[in-house]
Amino acid sequence: MTPKSAVPAKPMPSDDMSAGAPAWCREAHKGTAFARGLAVVFSTPGIVLFLTAIGFGTLVRDAGMTLGHAMFLSLAMYALPAQVMVVDQLQRGATLLAVAFAVTLTAVRLLPMTVSLQPYIRSPGSSRLLQFAAVHFIAITSWIEGNRRLPYVPEPLRLSHFLGIGMGMVAATASGSAAGVLLAARLPLTVQAALLFMTPLYFLLSTMAAAASRRDWLAIILGGGLAPLVYLWLPQADLLIAGVAGGTAAYFAGRSRR
Amino acid sequence: MISSLQDGYGGYLVLLAIAALAHEPWRWLGFVLGRNLRSDSEMFLWVRTVATALVAGLVMKLIVFPAGMLAAVSAPVRAVALAAALTFYWLGRRSLAMGVAGGSAALAMVEWLRSSW
Repeated sequence: MTPKSAVPAKPMPSDDMSAGAPAWCREAHKGTAFARGLAVVFSTPGIVLFLTAIGFGTLVRDAGMTLGHAMFLSLAMYALPAQVMVVDQLQRGATLLAVAFAVTLTAVRLLPMTVSLQPYIRSPGSSRLLQFAAVHFIAITSWIEGNRRLPYVPEPLRLSHFLGIGMGMVAATASGSAAGVLLAARLPLTVQAALLFMTPLYFLLSTMAAAASRRDWLAIILGGGLAPLVYLWLPQADLLIAGVAGGTAAYFAGRSRR
Repeated sequence: MISSLQDGYGGYLVLLAIAALAHEPWRWLGFVLGRNLRSDSEMFLWVRTVATALVAGLVMKLIVFPAGMLAAVSAPVRAVALAAALTFYWLGRRSLAMGVAGGSAALAMVEWLRSSW
């Protein structure tokens, strides 16, 4: 199951997906959909997440925190940028209020992600409680994978499939960060840097792979171009401003070209 | 040891409080706001585009202003490695694995060569 073969040209979420659906969907059991979701952890995004979590683990060790702290943060937050923020801020001796403020600013991006993944995980006949539980698993990696894969999964199986993807990714994050704490002292600095570099590369390339329209490409270019500039001016709210301004500009520019 | 993070259960409680009060509510709010959103609406398209721009912004921030050990690698080396990642990605016919592995390997190699000269 390579990520490529599972992802043909992207259709609209409301189209009939039976044509592009993966072969396992024909069996149509929720358990199968869940297991297939778990298995996504063994494809590129899961491996990259595991390796980057090692980078996070070395950071935790650097800050004088424990293996338990690293795994607990991975389970409770499951969003590496926020986890890195907590460790980095605590290490710099920030007050808990300042840490919470910084974390909440990195977490704002989860709002549009959760909103835009909702139509996919609202499987008909599934329990509200499970749908609510599923939003804990929304972070960049599982959002990207959900967007790529769920449109091809029959609607009744989407929630189960996403729960599988999410739990697999949380497990990858927790085990990777544990490995990082244990390995920290032995990894050369260059290797640690290379591990940390994998996260932005995976985010960038998978967003490019998922880009289906001129609007998506504009969003990538404008968001990516604006963020470093806004960071210099307002480092606390850079992503929010770059995302809303760049995304809105891309949305209207993409629409007027139609 | 970090002053504000005590040993034992205290430290975990602090981390749990930060996660539950500062981090998780954005997912809960997204759950509530997205409940009645239709996947074929203009609103959905706009939110999706904003989310995409946010991810791209985070990528460039992580590369241009990195944290941890990556900050020790100079900006030109990071730029070369980014170019290498894009090249491997296209050469591998849009392969995520090739791009990510090639880019980070390039970063490690260029940095190693630079530091050993």
